[in-house]
Amino acid sequence: MKSAVVVFPGINRERDMARALKLISGREPSMVWHADTALPPATDLVVIPGGFSYGDYLRCGAIAARAPIMDAVRAHAAGGALVLGVCNGFQILCEAGLLPGVLMRNQALKFISRDLFLRVERSDSPFTRGYNAGQVIRVPVAHGEGNYVADAETLARLEDDGRVLFRYAAPDGSLDPAWNLNGASNAIAGIVNAGGNVLGMMPHPENHVEPEMGCTDGRGLFAGLVEALDRAA
Amino acid sequence: MLYRVTPMTRNEPPITPQLVAEHGLKPDEYERIIKLIGREPSFTELGIFSAMWNEHCSYKSSKVHLRTLPTQAPWVIQGPGENAGVVDIGDGLAVVFKMESHNHPSFIEPYQGAATGVGGILRDVFTMGARPIACLDALSFGDPAHPRTRHLVSGVVAGVGGYGNSFGVPTVGGQLRFHARYDGNCLVNAMAVGIAAADKIFYAKATGVGMPIVYLGSKTGRDGIHGASMASAEFDDDSEAKRPTVQVGDPFSEKLLLEACLEIMAKDCVIAIQDMGAAGLTCSAVEMGAKGDLGVDLNLDAVPCREVGMSAYEMMLSESQERMLMVLRPEKEAEAEAIFRKWGLDFAVVGFTTPSQRFVVRHGGQVMADLPIKELGDEAPVYRRPFVDSAKQPVIAPGAVPPPISNAEALRTLIGTPELCARRWVWEQYDHVILGNTVQRPGGDAAVVRVLDGPKALALTADVTPRYCEADPFEGGKQAVAEAWRNITAVGGRPLAVTDNLNFGNPERPEIMGQLVGCIRGIGEACRALEFPVVSGNVSLYNETNGRAILPTPTIGAVGLLDDFMRSATLAFKAGDEAILLIGETQGWLGQSLYLRDLCGREEGAPPPVDLDTERRNGDFARILIHENIATAVHDVSDGGLLVAIAEMAMASGIGAVLTAVSADIPSHAFWFGEDQARYVATVHSGAVDAIIARAGIAGVPVRRIGTTGGEALTVPGEQPLSVEELRARFEAWLPQYMAGTLVDP
Repeated sequence: MKSAVVVFPGINRERDMARALKLISGREPSMVWHADTALPPATDLVVIPGGFSYGDYLRCGAIAARAPIMDAVRAHAAGGALVLGVCNGFQILCEAGLLPGVLMRNQALKFISRDLFLRVERSDSPFTRGYNAGQVIRVPVAHGEGNYVADAETLARLEDDGRVLFRYAAPDGSLDPAWNLNGASNAIAGIVNAGGNVLGMMPHPENHVEPEMGCTDGRGLFAGLVEALDRAA
Repeated sequence: MLYRVTPMTRNEPPITPQLVAEHGLKPDEYERIIKLIGREPSFTELGIFSAMWNEHCSYKSSKVHLRTLPTQAPWVIQGPGENAGVVDIGDGLAVVFKMESHNHPSFIEPYQGAATGVGGILRDVFTMGARPIACLDALSFGDPAHPRTRHLVSGVVAGVGGYGNSFGVPTVGGQLRFHARYDGNCLVNAMAVGIAAADKIFYAKATGVGMPIVYLGSKTGRDGIHGASMASAEFDDDSEAKRPTVQVGDPFSEKLLLEACLEIMAKDCVIAIQDMGAAGLTCSAVEMGAKGDLGVDLNLDAVPCREVGMSAYEMMLSESQERMLMVLRPEKEAEAEAIFRKWGLDFAVVGFTTPSQRFVVRHGGQVMADLPIKELGDEAPVYRRPFVDSAKQPVIAPGAVPPPISNAEALRTLIGTPELCARRWVWEQYDHVILGNTVQRPGGDAAVVRVLDGPKALALTADVTPRYCEADPFEGGKQAVAEAWRNITAVGGRPLAVTDNLNFGNPERPEIMGQLVGCIRGIGEACRALEFPVVSGNVSLYNETNGRAILPTPTIGAVGLLDDFMRSATLAFKAGDEAILLIGETQGWLGQSLYLRDLCGREEGAPPPVDLDTERRNGDFARILIHENIATAVHDVSDGGLLVAIAEMAMASGIGAVLTAVSADIPSHAFWFGEDQARYVATVHSGAVDAIIARAGIAGVPVRRIGTTGGEALTVPGEQPLSVEELRARFEAWLPQYMAGTLVDP
């Protein structure tokens, strides 16, 4: 799997992401600067990691969505290739028009850093083939603006088309508002585009990939991607 | 006396006694300036002196006492005097760390005050070539019932988080306390820890004549002018008016500055580097020159400014954030500039080094200041201020404290108090997992953070018990160090070194000076006995409002090393049917305990004494149990005493315990809630108990079995079981309810 991690100024989880990609795919990702206009040749997976791109002093991700590199990312996605946006990456993909909806301030108006439980809604996507449908995984979140909001029509379309891949859930997998801490519509933690090749998610699977660090529930996402790409090759 | 060029004073106000006083300089200090330079200073020069000679920058009240602290050890690479301390951790790596206060600004403007406190300390660490890997924060606020407290807690926590989260460093630990003595003066102490190559540490000392001095980072604005002077004065009812002296933080710029600095350091472009912290351009330029026995010639026309029309005085005293000063290798200047431009940061040559040992400031074609550079720092006044030792408090015998309620009821109450309740509300606002190396998250004895890809890790903690320091500064100073040492030990770390952040009231009052001197003596004694040198620190004095001082609060930030983080301990019980051991002796010391204060309403007595030999013996034994994978859980016993420590182990795991220990010599409430020092609770497999006790006997360490883990309740001998779940609910309740304003009676 040949991956490229896009680095905007102010992004700060690019090293976490690069470490997870290398650990699981066995291959060091390329780090791509925001001012570049092209992705490295033969890139399989583009990752937009977490952080505070350009400080996020305006709407989160609004500036990054207009950075020079984003045309290349859009072209990559338009060709059906894989794009993963995590946290700020999810916000950027929404702002860039690659995913519908927007991430608003957390319901309680405070930053939330803690482990949460995600229910994997389907396993027949390249992003979730490493999991079983209905499986509950524990993954950290760290965001101030992760409250997913979209209009009713968009939400209905996302649900009807099975584009919600991850939902905040109780440890037993049941949906419970007490576990939907940021207040996201339909407890949405991660969605894909209509083509199923662009995923945006708020939680950080890249921080739960090593057994000695206490939890490996994030591994399945990366392992599934490696497998999907191997199979396609 | 030779009369040098008198700096131009056109458009500058004349120097009057009132102006001198407004700069925080005493009449005799002003006389000293005149004697030193042989003439009246210009307005800009007066500002420079006020910046260099205030308490915050010159340590004039504390210097003679700080010199008594132990700062050396074979593993120390750099002790106090640089931006941060540097300690060797093997494998060619060094840990770089320091703690610093941002108390006054945080009280006036909590979000920005706290945020820029974090920014400042991060800069101190990466200035030395280290990549920050963790932050800690030690916070002290007033009485929860005080009308301002909630606003301050809310703003400070949001500010610490806002800066660290955006910059991209995990905030992994710290302290939070409430006490009425902080009503008019909250404390915000922030610690940053970084990792560098041991042979690539960068210092402030400039070398070479005619070298370009380069300004990097954000532009200079009018914010923070006289910030350092404000930090060196008491508050009164008009302190609100000082809001404009608080700087505004920009973590985004700081993140860029970090990456740019580390990049040009990796390319060997840097000769000397100093961040612009307190007293900004003045302090950094003087320090670089003075340390290198060189003069500095600054041209302020080249300084990137945020607004037009800034005077020399304003530029020299601005505390705008996210700025650096460097001396670059001339042949690498273009390369360094390209790196800074890539990161979108300002880069300007603003001066050069000279052989003259003069500090010359030019602006608009005029010389605005021309001062002897060494004397600006070295000749700052040093005071041996008079002090009186605090009166010794009586020792309170356990029998002299009748128990107001049962032990079980006392535990239920204590773990729901502001002092002992869960801090989750705070640390869940701090990103504590970013960088992917946080092995032990907040809530344990010490945070454990992996170094690079491991197996090495650092144990990090920040500790002090101000009520002990108030009752007995010497014992309190010792205890602060001992507790930090104990917390590192309790996770399996080998304690390496400390940074001290000394927060006190007005040193011109002999009783406050007595607290400072006593605490420093105690810290020195403990650091010597535990081979735990002080490698960096910060002094914050004048923490008082309308003549009422804070509790003496010498916060100790400490770093320990784990050779393999897989051989570390956490405090949560791991399984049922394990033996619970108490390491250390219990006399039932209730003086200054939380039991006495929060249940009996008596904040009095002598604090528990710290026997440093015992401390070391007991701690070394606990650490061996961890390293040999014998102990399954370890927790140090501190605030609240033994039963609180056991309850914390139960609540962290959901596993209960049946306690069996009784003490014939002392009342049971003194046994369970006394705050005797040098103690740990450990769990081990039941079959291992006899061998451990025998081994402890040989080592001269008192160890006894006090109970067994298991079930879902905590049972104190002779009392009704307490549900662990219910305890946890109480433990978690107070802080979020208080912050939400839903407590009936805080």
